Amino acid sequence: MNWETVIGLEIHAQLATRSKIFSGSATTYGAAPNAQASLVDLGYPGVLPVLNGAAVRMAVSFGLAVGAQIAPRSVFARKNYFYPDLPKGYQISQYELPVVGKGSLDIVLEDGTKKRVGITRAHLEEDAGKSLHEGLAGASAIDLNRAGTPLIEIVSEPDMRSAKEAIAYMKKVHTLVRYLGICDGNMQEGSFRCDANVSVRPLGSDRFGTRAEIKNLNSFRFVEKAINYEVTRQIDILEGGGKVVQETRLYDPDKGETRSMRSKEEANDYRYFPDPDLLPLSIEARFLDEVRAALPELPDAKAARFARDYGLSEYDAGVLTASRELAGYYEDVVKRVAGEPKLAANWVTGELAASLNRDNLEIGESRVGPAQLAGLVSRIADDTISGKIAKDVFEAMWADGRDADAIIEAKGLRQITDSSAIERAIDEVMAKNPGQLAEYRSGKDKLFGFFIGQTMKATQGKANPAQLNELLKKKLAGP
Amino acid sequence: MSAAPLHSRGLAALASGLAQREFSSVELTRHLLGRLEAAQPQLNAMVSITGEAALAAAARADGAIASGRAGPLTGVPIVHKDIFCTEGVRTTCGSRMLDNFVSPYDATVVANLKAAGTVMLGKANMDEFAMGSSNETSWFGPVKNPWNTAMVPGGSSGGSAAVVAARLAPAATATDTGGSIRQPAALTGITGLKPTYGRVSRYGMIAFASSLDQAGVLAASAEDCALLLGAMAGFDPRDSTSVDQPVPDYAAALATPAKGLRIGLVKEFFDQGLDAENERQLRAAFAVYEKLGATLVDVSLPNVGLSVPTYYVVAPAECSSNLARFDGVRFGHRCDQPRDLLDLYKRSRGEGFGAEVKRRIMTGTYVLSAGYYDAYYLKAQRVRQLISADFVRAFEHVDVLAGPTSPTPAFPLGAKTSDPITMYLNDIYTIGANLAGVPALSIPCGFVHDLPVGLQLVGPHFSEAKLLAAAHAFQQETDWHARVPAVWQ
Amino acid sequence: MSLNRSDIENIAHLARLSLREDEVAGYVETLGNILAMVGQLDRAETGGIEPMAHPLAGLTQRLRVDEATENDRHALYQQNAPQVESGLYVVPKVIE
Repeated sequence: MNWETVIGLEIHAQLATRSKIFSGSATTYGAAPNAQASLVDLGYPGVLPVLNGAAVRMAVSFGLAVGAQIAPRSVFARKNYFYPDLPKGYQISQYELPVVGKGSLDIVLEDGTKKRVGITRAHLEEDAGKSLHEGLAGASAIDLNRAGTPLIEIVSEPDMRSAKEAIAYMKKVHTLVRYLGICDGNMQEGSFRCDANVSVRPLGSDRFGTRAEIKNLNSFRFVEKAINYEVTRQIDILEGGGKVVQETRLYDPDKGETRSMRSKEEANDYRYFPDPDLLPLSIEARFLDEVRAALPELPDAKAARFARDYGLSEYDAGVLTASRELAGYYEDVVKRVAGEPKLAANWVTGELAASLNRDNLEIGESRVGPAQLAGLVSRIADDTISGKIAKDVFEAMWADGRDADAIIEAKGLRQITDSSAIERAIDEVMAKNPGQLAEYRSGKDKLFGFFIGQTMKATQGKANPAQLNELLKKKLAGP
Repeated sequence: MSAAPLHSRGLAALASGLAQREFSSVELTRHLLGRLEAAQPQLNAMVSITGEAALAAAARADGAIASGRAGPLTGVPIVHKDIFCTEGVRTTCGSRMLDNFVSPYDATVVANLKAAGTVMLGKANMDEFAMGSSNETSWFGPVKNPWNTAMVPGGSSGGSAAVVAARLAPAATATDTGGSIRQPAALTGITGLKPTYGRVSRYGMIAFASSLDQAGVLAASAEDCALLLGAMAGFDPRDSTSVDQPVPDYAAALATPAKGLRIGLVKEFFDQGLDAENERQLRAAFAVYEKLGATLVDVSLPNVGLSVPTYYVVAPAECSSNLARFDGVRFGHRCDQPRDLLDLYKRSRGEGFGAEVKRRIMTGTYVLSAGYYDAYYLKAQRVRQLISADFVRAFEHVDVLAGPTSPTPAFPLGAKTSDPITMYLNDIYTIGANLAGVPALSIPCGFVHDLPVGLQLVGPHFSEAKLLAAAHAFQQETDWHARVPAVWQ
Repeated sequence: MSLNRSDIENIAHLARLSLREDEVAGYVETLGNILAMVGQLDRAETGGIEPMAHPLAGLTQRLRVDEATENDRHALYQQNAPQVESGLYVVPKVIE
């Protein structure tokens, strides 16, 4: 039987606020244990939550960016369960009335086709603390620094049909939240993570199969591996005549497999009800207008503009807008080298991207800044150096941080565009290679490349390739 | 100058005596500490008496008075209900769960009254987590009624009420979720005010039912209540449900005469369950108001009869969640040698909470659980809306509502402990104001079988000044509020 | 509404309360009575009535300015904790 995979994601993005969602504790990562757990975060008797306005603003900006309805009135609810990393015995979340309603995001599949993924809702909630299991025999240790960190939980429709699609969607959300400046996207630190709801069904069926929820996936690679493992596991069960059990599972990256979570086995009864310590959250039109006005240009709009204004392919435009910083870098280069957006694009997506990748650097850490790259591209554009020489110049720039011009001067790499000088070099090569010249003239055209190579060698690669080509053809043809 | 002993003077009189340096705060504090200590074996009104800290604070207050830096309440001793967190002082909420809990911070009420210069004498006994109407659910034992120590003082603020009734302190803070200020005020013959929900900050007040809890005051007279409320009320940015509205000068407003006041007599409060003798005292009180020029109008709150069932869904639901934080991990009681995490939770909570608290946690857990939420919780929220609308409608016609505070005077210790429903019905007249969030007070209006009974006045949102003035006018005509049990005179 | 022993045991488990054997019977009775009393709510006609979650209708949530205002006071806060080690709260092993 052919099976179809159905995936929905619940993405948790920590909001990049200075303080927690309901308290004045800092949200800095990596503080000493419980140093950032205030009375409110600890759920001390008598304390009360007060909502952080920046968290609301960030959630609303996400909603606007995915074209969602923003609820004029939303309500915080308590999700009640006992767990050591949940100090109050309930998590403050939004249940029936979330701040962000239905929206969508478009993803591009490998074959280039576009697909729209529905977003069911996004709501504000507080993160839990962390349970540490190592180092204590028979005990766990609780650090509540993370408790109360603001999150938005972004719930997708079950619209994805493969791990690849799920990754494309997750990356799109990742790009978006960083564009909006509402999440640092740091997956290693848990700032951006997701739960995947995975099921399979016979191809063509319109009913969903029983799903498993894989918790707390914190890298794109794990998401892909966990989903693929889970799909295979479920198909094996079904083909073996068994039934998939609806349950919560955990991905073990060391073993590369998912396993049932014992702690969640018991049927949960969260007893949601409106939190009486918080009043309904009202989003007024003016607030909405303010947030809308402050939105940056979003990835899709930017990519469309790059394609249109700079004549780039959709693919290149997509690559260059993958992050706000990369797009900014590219536009900086383009502004400095008038009239060469495509050449600039080739360099940013080519040599620059490769070097960053090789040295594992972010665009913000690049050893060659946009002004420097613009200097190099300008020298190609004005024929000072050839593209081939430019690669060597770039290497030198990357290595020691000097400008292109300094390297070109120091190494004498300026291109020879003086026709008489090129002609002189050709003449010398022809004189040194009478045999090859005779063969060429008797019809062995392939030797043209030989003469190009020899002349380039004679000019240390500096002859302008187009001029050389033209002059060499003329000379070889004979008088 | 009268030679009345210090303890028999009210808050306002003590404040002016201190300001005029008729006596010092240290002198006053030492006198009241002596009375508190002496009364403890008979009344068990206190959980903690903080003598040393009180005398130190009193000495500071005397210094402030001497150097002319005193406020209106500087040096006045008071008692806090043990539900308010007090920095560096044990805060138990009447529970074994918090037997050893020392709060690292002050509740806003405590901080406000500290800033006003008051001297805390200690922490008053109370029903465990404020769940009770007789002060018999306290882990620290029941409080006795100063009028008759075989009787309950009411609850949950029974300790605060007994302290004031026996003149061990001129005033006490208290809280009221379903009648916990007003009912003990009635049963001990003192004045108690539950303000509008949101008038006084809930920050640092250990939560029972967040949408109903409100802090208030207990004192001998409305005048004293006005003074104390003025110092503790006000907007608090740390409480999202605190209302940002200026605090009126309650003391100044007391002079407003009762003439022209339209008083609504709530028909449903006289229908059934009300003790006949109690009713006679109330009718006499209404006659006093008529004499003062007030108009009596019959009004109906058609849904108020459903207050008790509504309350016993909403309050337990909120409490089941509010008390989940007591899990033996960060503070509070932890059982010995837990086998595993589940055992830690269950035994710590099972041992730390008393029977009534567990009953309410379980009731609340049940009404919120899957399959029952709509039938119980949502239904109760809708009925709450109806009850609240009844009050709004009534206040279109009258200034205040009047009726009994409690169906009977104080009852014997142990009389109602075996049947929770009978106990719950003590609050039949008081719960409505909590559901609607409106202010209400109880003033003494007579005696039945040598036990005090209370008259309840209820006003629209933020009408505390009007209620206090109405109560003050009554107390200018009567002396019920000035009566003190003979042994405590 | 009547409840049996297993209902009480389930509720107590959900609420993480250990009950002694002799307590269970009492709760079967008193919780049953409370639910019966609460059953009076069925008498009220509530069609079209909005549930009231809060006594002050019309008020909305105030927003706090995003500032880190708290200091590290874990040593003080942990004075009330039954068991801590190196600044961490210690509990019996959590099994995932």
